[in-house]
Amino acid sequence: MGKTLAEKIFDAHRVNMPFPDTHVLKLDRVFCHEITTPIAITDLMARGMDRVFDPTKIKAVIDHVTPAKDSKTAEQGKILRDWAKRHGIKDFFDIGRNGVCHAIFPEKGFVRPGFTIIMGDSHTCTHGAFGAFAAGVGTTDLEVGILKGVCAFHSPKTIKFVLNGSLKPGVYAKDLILFIIKELTVNGATNMVIEFTGPVVDAMSMESRMTLCNMAIEAGGTSGVCYPDMTTVEYLWEFIKDEFSSKQEALKEYSKWISDEDANYEKIYEYDISNLEPMVTFGFKPDQVKPVDEMIGTKIDQVYIGSCTNGRIEDLRIAAEILKDKKINDDVRGIVSPATPDIYTMALKEGIIEIFQNAGFCVTNPTCGACLGMSNGILANGESCASTTNRNFNGRMGKGGTVHLMSPATAAASALEGKITNSQLYKG
Amino acid sequence: MKKFSGKVLFLDRSDINTDEIIPAKYLTEITKEALKPFLLEDLVLNGFNNKEDINDKAVIVTRENFGCGSSREHAPWALEVNGINVVIAENFARIFRQNMYNCGMFAIQLPKEKIDYLFDTYSDKDTTITIDIDRSKIIVTTQDRSDEIDFVIGEFDKTLVKEGGWVGYADKNY
Repeated sequence: MGKTLAEKIFDAHRVNMPFPDTHVLKLDRVFCHEITTPIAITDLMARGMDRVFDPTKIKAVIDHVTPAKDSKTAEQGKILRDWAKRHGIKDFFDIGRNGVCHAIFPEKGFVRPGFTIIMGDSHTCTHGAFGAFAAGVGTTDLEVGILKGVCAFHSPKTIKFVLNGSLKPGVYAKDLILFIIKELTVNGATNMVIEFTGPVVDAMSMESRMTLCNMAIEAGGTSGVCYPDMTTVEYLWEFIKDEFSSKQEALKEYSKWISDEDANYEKIYEYDISNLEPMVTFGFKPDQVKPVDEMIGTKIDQVYIGSCTNGRIEDLRIAAEILKDKKINDDVRGIVSPATPDIYTMALKEGIIEIFQNAGFCVTNPTCGACLGMSNGILANGESCASTTNRNFNGRMGKGGTVHLMSPATAAASALEGKITNSQLYKG
Repeated sequence: MKKFSGKVLFLDRSDINTDEIIPAKYLTEITKEALKPFLLEDLVLNGFNNKEDINDKAVIVTRENFGCGSSREHAPWALEVNGINVVIAENFARIFRQNMYNCGMFAIQLPKEKIDYLFDTYSDKDTTITIDIDRSKIIVTTQDRSDEIDFVIGEFDKTLVKEGGWVGYADKNY
């Protein structure tokens, strides 16, 4: 019997199995942000264990609330900042250089095929786009990860999606993942890794693959993964060119991180998605998904384009194409948060920021703030937001607010109308 | 070791998420105790009032996929500081479940028919549950009846509960 990608990564990282079905894995990366890490740091200090296993494998960012909004968030930032300095954690991204964790860490070249990665953030599954096993964990797992460089997991079962055909114009990775979550339901992949394969994924950019893997957790998945290929090598080339004599050589090395043909899957789904339409959520669960045409006319008060799901340059380009030379509806507040400083800079150079501003959008610094209602962009009671984020839980963006998840294209078109609309009406 | 016994709070809903257990706006707190008043503040459940219904409860019995969403360990901590160290459900979101055991708390999974039985028989009564770790039994009692229900947890989970969590265990063993 062959092995899945996740099983191969487990085999390569297993320290031991202290109990049946308990694999303790060596970690290649421990990512940290200022909301879930400071308590781990404080606890380690209280236990007299203020140490880190390897400062070069720990990467940290202040991204959820930045700039700090009050004394408490200032204190969280300070704890993380002081800790990074104290332990020589060089890859620490503070204000001016900081971006949304799952956008900035890949952008800096910290992820490789075959890696094990944890972070105290549920959307850590994003990094599986590179063929890594990347899982969100709580603060205690993070604490042990920081201290010992290990984490425990049960045996990974895998669900495979074979996605055939091609995405129609105006339909994106976000629409596809919303459709997949609808099929799986919110706990259909609990304790499982979701593999995204097939011609549709092969044709996708790394940004789109990250969007796909980012929302694996919304179906309960431990990680979402894509197989590494030349697109992965091209994305990483700047960071790996000293390690390999050619891109082909890198591809050969990374190609060992794919599942065997006779691997054992919990379930295999195969779809031709050529007829997939843009999708939008309703209600308060990410599996409550409908084609946009069934949601047209739903009134919105705010549009948010950003987050670890869809705040990348590809997303901003798609939205800008729709917003160019147009004004958003008078009754809508438009907010865009480029996910990293590099994305912001690229968007400036390409004239995208100007397009957003001319259309009437407010452009914020890179931050997670609005997505989880932690700092800026909070909804009032009874308001709704057309959002490119990943969660539509009740009150997610503020008590009494409703979030509709959608692609950047649908969000941009909806901003123009002041109600949910099909972006395909604004093409060509 | 923590206390795994006391009055039961029945939450008759599936997919209770971490934002409902503890909203993100309270993640700025850096002590667990500060989370105490906000447990289940945004829970959407008819007739539920977090200011009154949580009082003196020690065990939650609920349906499917409890704790879905965020990785925030603030969710188990908010339970813990309210004296709730046991959640019994049909199943749990992975991260939440692991966080519970990592904190030395119980997230016990029971088959649907046993969860249904608990709701049908006990949810309208003043019910107490005690977890007997060594015998793997859930002891359910009211004034006029009692039951013993078997549960299964892995050796790793049991060890974490007995050792009070993952940090101590990992420090000794890795």
